[in-house]
Amino acid sequence: MKVAVSSSGTNLDSPLDPRFGRASYFLIIDTDTLAFEVKVNDQNMNLPQGAGIQAGKIVANCGVDCLITGNCGPKAYNVLQAAGIKVFTGTKGNIKEVVELFKNGALQYSQGPNVDGHWV
Amino acid sequence: MIVTVASGKGGTGKTTVAVNLAVTAAEAITRTETIKATQLVIAPENPENFVELIDCDVEEPNAHLFVKPQNVVKQEISTMVPAVDMALCTFCGECEKICRFSAITMIAKKIMIFPEMCHSCKGCVMVCPTGAIKEGARVLGSLLTGQSSHGFNLTWGELRVGEAMSPPLIKQVKKTITCGSGRSNSISEDINNKLSIVDAPPGTSCPAVTTLRGSDFALLVAEETPFGLNDLALTVEALKKLGVPMGIVINRADNDQKGIIDDYAEKENIEIMQRIPFSREAAKICSKGLLLVNELPEMKQCFKELYLKIVSRITQNAKESKYKKTSTKTATSSSDNSIVGRS
Repeated sequence: MKVAVSSSGTNLDSPLDPRFGRASYFLIIDTDTLAFEVKVNDQNMNLPQGAGIQAGKIVANCGVDCLITGNCGPKAYNVLQAAGIKVFTGTKGNIKEVVELFKNGALQYSQGPNVDGHWV
Repeated sequence: MIVTVASGKGGTGKTTVAVNLAVTAAEAITRTETIKATQLVIAPENPENFVELIDCDVEEPNAHLFVKPQNVVKQEISTMVPAVDMALCTFCGECEKICRFSAITMIAKKIMIFPEMCHSCKGCVMVCPTGAIKEGARVLGSLLTGQSSHGFNLTWGELRVGEAMSPPLIKQVKKTITCGSGRSNSISEDINNKLSIVDAPPGTSCPAVTTLRGSDFALLVAEETPFGLNDLALTVEALKKLGVPMGIVINRADNDQKGIIDDYAEKENIEIMQRIPFSREAAKICSKGLLLVNELPEMKQCFKELYLKIVSRITQNAKESKYKKTSTKTATSSSDNSIVGRS
């Protein structure tokens, strides 16, 4: 299964980035082989608004089934919903640990956004 | 001429100054003194409607609580947002490409619209090759107007609860302003034509900037606190960029003793136009929704002096700068194109 994880770094030992829209990277991981691809999420950094929507699009275009992150707001959640991606929020730790937890079924997917949208 | 009352920090007394200034300016006796003071001014064509008060603090309008207008007319204000006819959509993605705010996004053969992100530029409508995007509407709030018993009209906006974007509504409220630079043939005509006193929202972000842009003069109501000074300085910087001349009113002033605002004003070379003394009595009057100029003779005097100073200053500024008439159309379109970046 292909999952996307918001990450502060570019390898599996990196800590998960709790932000979704403005996460530094997304690691697109094959949970069976742990092979991964790095997606740089820098096009959002200078956007005043709409980072969640753009990040949602990036993840959707990678054809993943699930997204594991810390916080996900309402607009990003809607985009991910539309793309049929399951969202796991409130996750912490390094990427490897997180993927392990996911594989063991220790993570529960969210029924909705876990944070409010914000205006800058 | 447009005089905008602004502050930076909230709660410094913008509305108190705006409403009391409007009532003062609307009085016939003040008009006679204005004519004497400025010499430029001749008898207004329509003295009954010389003053208008515009409350642009659409998030919390409160001038009407003091003015108590009659015959209030309310009108709903909307802004354009895209509405997609899915039967015509070919999923070409052009709308998504042009949108700087991710307000229209294509996901897995679905077009998602985030109306709260939309800045109503109509770019998506224009680029859609099949005409699938129609102009829909999102309600921003209301535009209200009524007559004060003091002989002027009050116009104000009320932002819809839950709406985050106030500048489009503020622009609609500002469209009701009937005077301002460039709309008359000469300085004296403009000063004579009408005085629009505009109550601005606090802060220095888009709502305040939208309100202040195009004003002939900004009156900054300041309070003598470190917080008050900090926010005043931010507003002064914004006004310098907007090219709006300004003066300061110190509210709840510590009588004659000079304070931090005086030091700052001296450094920045900004005129302190009036000091409204700290008064428990004044606070009581305001809390009852009454007008200082009607209740306290010393306040009546205080606002009259302030008003005359403002008019003299504007006259002076106008004499120094070359007066140019621009068509109303240009003035409007330049402000419409100003939606950039954040809201």
